[in-house]
Amino acid sequence: MHEMSLCEGMRGVIEDQARQHNVSRIKRVRVEVGRFAGVEINALHFAFDVVMRGSPAEGAELVTLELPGRALCYDCMKEVEIADRLDPCPTCGGGKLMPQGGDEMRIKDLEVA
Amino acid sequence: MSQERLIEIETDILSKNDSYAHANRAVLAGKGVFAVNLVSSPGSGKTTLLCKTIEALGDMPLGVIEGDQQTENDADRIRATGAPAVQVNTGKGCHLDGHMVGHAMEHLDLPDGAMLFIENVGNLVCPAAFDLGEDGKVAILSVTEGEDKPLKYPDMFTAARLAILNKIDLAPHCDVDLDLYETNLRRVNPGIEIIRLSARTGEGMADWLAWLRAHLADKVVPEAAQ
Ligand SMILES: Nc1nc2c(ncn2[C@@H]2O[C@H](COP(=O)(O)OP(=O)(O)OP(=O)(O)O)[C@@H](O)[C@H]2O)c(=O)[nH]1
Ligand SMILES: [Mg+2]
Ligand SMILES: [Zn+2]
Repeated sequence: MHEMSLCEGMRGVIEDQARQHNVSRIKRVRVEVGRFAGVEINALHFAFDVVMRGSPAEGAELVTLELPGRALCYDCMKEVEIADRLDPCPTCGGGKLMPQGGDEMRIKDLEVA
Repeated sequence: MSQERLIEIETDILSKNDSYAHANRAVLAGKGVFAVNLVSSPGSGKTTLLCKTIEALGDMPLGVIEGDQQTENDADRIRATGAPAVQVNTGKGCHLDGHMVGHAMEHLDLPDGAMLFIENVGNLVCPAAFDLGEDGKVAILSVTEGEDKPLKYPDMFTAARLAILNKIDLAPHCDVDLDLYETNLRRVNPGIEIIRLSARTGEGMADWLAWLRAHLADKVVPEAAQ
């Protein structure tokens, strides 16, 4: 979707953190991305390399960790894990599922070079 | 001599946007302003619906923030109704963000108890992820777009509180199944409210206006509440 603006958001967070911790180079950035976050991982890597130029994370490795998709089933009222946004409820087969998580886009940690 | 180490941050990538959105929400709460963020694909009828809504609301205090990549067209259409409008051009950006909306709100300087309409950039994908500080997202889906759109672009319809199925005057001409639209909307968001409407004929407008008025009534200016 908007991988460029996501990376601009990441750059802002990374610059703030680098300043606070008084570090000039970051060599690895680990991000957690939910299955339902709508983030295209390849596009994210591409945008990351472009957007980080001139920042402490220029040339850094981007590691993406996928988080599972969770949803509340309106038929059996259980919270279930689903692989795909439109999957039926694995417990009762129902089709009315409200996502409860899996839309995360979080920077987990930064490895200082 | 830097030693290797890990900085644990666990910070949301959109945390900057979220802090702007929280600030906007606080300003709106302080004024008892009810704000809706209108989202849809290009051309579903957002501006047309807004112009009709403004006419129908008469002298109720309100303001409009218009988001488009280019042009002042939509803000001009709103101003022609007599309502104040601020146009935000996002350039290559595909969505409004909390920062842009905060600035636009300063320009509008809404009175207490007003209604704020934010027309987002026509895009069924990106605006879903960006909180602007609104009370709720309203997704407009026109009947010519195809019944499967909620399934193809679920995030936007999951994020929305209300879906307006617009241009129902065209339904008889284009072989659409309005019930299937509703089924698919509820498949991706079992809690969504749905209003069938035609901005052209006015059908369904009464339900939409009642929805707006009811939600505005729920927002109370803090001083008045005490
Ligand atoms: N038949 C019919 N046409 C409509 C209706 N609502 C809007 N339109 C037409 O749809 C076209 C697009 O309407 P706009 O209001 O500009 O749509 P929009 O969503 O604001 O478009 P963007 O801001 O460019 O994304 C115009 O030609 C409108 O006259 C409706 O209820 N019925
Ligand atoms: Mg418009
Ligand atoms: Zn179930």
